Amino acid sequence: MPIQVLMPALSPTMEKGNLAKWLKKEGEPIKSGDVIAEIETDKATMEVEATDEGTLGKILIPEGTADVAVNTPIATILADGESAADLAKAPAPARQEKAAESAPPAAAKAEAPQPKAAPAPQAVAEPDPEVPAGTEMVTQTIREALRDAMAEEMRRDADVFVMGEEVAEYQGAYKVTQGLLQEFGARRVIDTPITEHGFAGVGVGAAMAGLKPIVEFMTFNFAMQAIDQIINSAAKTLYMSGGQMGCSIVFRGPNGAAARVAAQHSQDYSSWYSHVPGLKVVAPYSAADAKGLLKAAIRDPNPVIFLENEVLYGHSGPVPKLADYVIPIGKARIVRSGSHVTIISWSNGMTYALKAADELAKDGIEAEVIDLRTLRPMDTETIINSVKKTGRAVTVEEGWAQSGVGAEIAARIMENAFDYLDAPVARVSGKDVPMPYASNLEKLALPSAAEVVEAAKAVCYR
Amino acid sequence: MAAPKKAAASAAQDKTNRSSPPEFTREQELKALRDMLLIRRFEEKAGQLYGMGAIGGFCHLYIGQEAVVVGMQMALKEGDQVITGYRDHGHMLATGMEANGVMAELTGRRGGYSKGKGGSMHMFSKEKHFYGGHGIVGAQVSLGTGLAFANHYRGNDNVSVAYFGDGAANQGQVYESFNMAELWKLPVVYVIENNRYAMGTAVSRASAQQDFSKRGASFNIPGKQVDGMDVRAVKAAGEEAVAWCRAGKGPYILEMQTYRYRGHSMSDPAKYRTREEVEKVRHDQDPIEQVRTRLLAAKVSEADLKAIDAEVRDIVNASADFAQHDPEPDAAELWTDVYR
Repeated sequence: MPIQVLMPALSPTMEKGNLAKWLKKEGEPIKSGDVIAEIETDKATMEVEATDEGTLGKILIPEGTADVAVNTPIATILADGESAADLAKAPAPARQEKAAESAPPAAAKAEAPQPKAAPAPQAVAEPDPEVPAGTEMVTQTIREALRDAMAEEMRRDADVFVMGEEVAEYQGAYKVTQGLLQEFGARRVIDTPITEHGFAGVGVGAAMAGLKPIVEFMTFNFAMQAIDQIINSAAKTLYMSGGQMGCSIVFRGPNGAAARVAAQHSQDYSSWYSHVPGLKVVAPYSAADAKGLLKAAIRDPNPVIFLENEVLYGHSGPVPKLADYVIPIGKARIVRSGSHVTIISWSNGMTYALKAADELAKDGIEAEVIDLRTLRPMDTETIINSVKKTGRAVTVEEGWAQSGVGAEIAARIMENAFDYLDAPVARVSGKDVPMPYASNLEKLALPSAAEVVEAAKAVCYR
Repeated sequence: MAAPKKAAASAAQDKTNRSSPPEFTREQELKALRDMLLIRRFEEKAGQLYGMGAIGGFCHLYIGQEAVVVGMQMALKEGDQVITGYRDHGHMLATGMEANGVMAELTGRRGGYSKGKGGSMHMFSKEKHFYGGHGIVGAQVSLGTGLAFANHYRGNDNVSVAYFGDGAANQGQVYESFNMAELWKLPVVYVIENNRYAMGTAVSRASAQQDFSKRGASFNIPGKQVDGMDVRAVKAAGEEAVAWCRAGKGPYILEMQTYRYRGHSMSDPAKYRTREEVEKVRHDQDPIEQVRTRLLAAKVSEADLKAIDAEVRDIVNASADFAQHDPEPDAAELWTDVYR
């Protein structure tokens, strides 16, 4: 049966073009791949190649014709053994309707807020594991808790390894990997060259092959060099592969402001990573949470961004002495109960939040303090339940306010507890400037307990 | 290791400088012909479906470069991994992935390898050890080095093959990967598919060192220039490189001198090269014609060759039919596969 050649599109948005020139005549033999015509639009010229063999039977659109619609038959090709008499048999081609054409007109969309096609699935967070009564509590620094978490998981699973700059022989730039080389050897504790983009990609590739890398960034500031691999490769591959190929990997290291290291070494990336579907983002404050959540992160089959804080590494806290203390990702913790105002923070922001709660109590304001611990998936339920009780909320973060995590929390409160609010949500954040070096300016750039107190009083109209 | 050959100005001019590669057996010739034809016919059909609006977005065709993946695949064993960039249809077919699944992914249907969620540039097959299909130029080089890292970590003898183009060869992470691969002696073959144009930019306008086999020189990685239009030369070089890697000697670079007949993508106006240049390569060096000519000289009948062509056309036509009739993904698929 004769084959129809259709007017091709140069791009998905092209609707018509000009048939500039025929390079084959009727009756000429055609091989697959032969250029038979040229078409043009205002942007480009393209050759039309034959995809079938035979003879050019009939030219249906003469050269020089302008505005030929895409998919219009422009010629027929006769297969071996066919003649001009067969031309009438050429089938009418099935026109491909473009998705855009079948979409409802814009006016229909504007009528009313449309319900979502399907609701986004809500993550259900599990509660913390029971710590049996009488369990011994060991006082550990966050640094030690993180190291123990890695060591325990490496003993448990031979596919877990650590790589990064100075993680092995130097024992970690911040000593978080201390002792790991001695216990696990150079095969599993790997010093990399200073090459963040490259080793992040190597880690993701190893994870695609089924290993479980822990990739340490000396600080998350340097992960900016690697962020393409984190987002485009680690976070998106499971989705782009239709669920076939995932990536169980932890990217960890200190995040946020250190002390007196200025703008390029002092930035909070919480909101950057929490923006991205496919990633989980964890940012613990206490030593016990640091241990339990890092163990969960290493076991998680998804890429996890584990944001530590240099200022907190030396802080100590009680850690339950259990063989396997794993805290589920995705569940916030109410650190202090109160009924007048909810203060929501995570990581080092908790330092300001808790100090402020003490101050507020002196003035008769009982603040409920929530440590988010995980930023993605965010435990909206715990926040909303608290705000329904207090009617007031303050968010605290070291990062910038614009498009920050506090902005996201405020939006969720507005969406889910608008009628319960007695005051607008207040945000306390890092100031909208790059981090300065001078000691006095640095203090001014960071949030403070005093600012949290002020914000809490403001939302309480005190 | 042999010293890299002197840079040739083009695949075309370089032809006479080479010693001829080892002959193929008749079975090998027939397999190479069939596998290359499958890619070519598939890509022609994909181009046609794109022109009809059945395939959206970007569509980068592999026509002209078929000998590279087919020859390399003949040098690999079960378990070896393959990873590449966005011009990936040929690589997938060469690893044995089904034409139906690839074409249905191009049309965004549920029977596609990524259930319609990845498209032309993002497909994967664990079963066939194909690790994508990556849209960010150069990213697959670090990822492919990571696959080799996993082989090394596990102590198996698998080799990872990371394909990238002359354009990607100028990305920084390529050299970060070279450094680590040689430092840690990772079993990875870097196949640089030099098709002479990074989108519309000729190699001479983008590359200070145009001999890509030398791109690993400062890391002590051996490299070789290969006539990427001759499937026998590709297989022979591939075997040499893979043996080097399997022996624990670290990475190896192969510069495949090849040519793409079509534009960078379907919307390429092709103003950066002449039609005569394209025609000359097609006429003088076409990888499929080379095999066909040898087979005919060896007294394989025209009818036998036609039968191969017919078999391949049937597969491709069936895949086009499947890809146009398979339903789109269920709306619920929007929310799946974000996490596992």
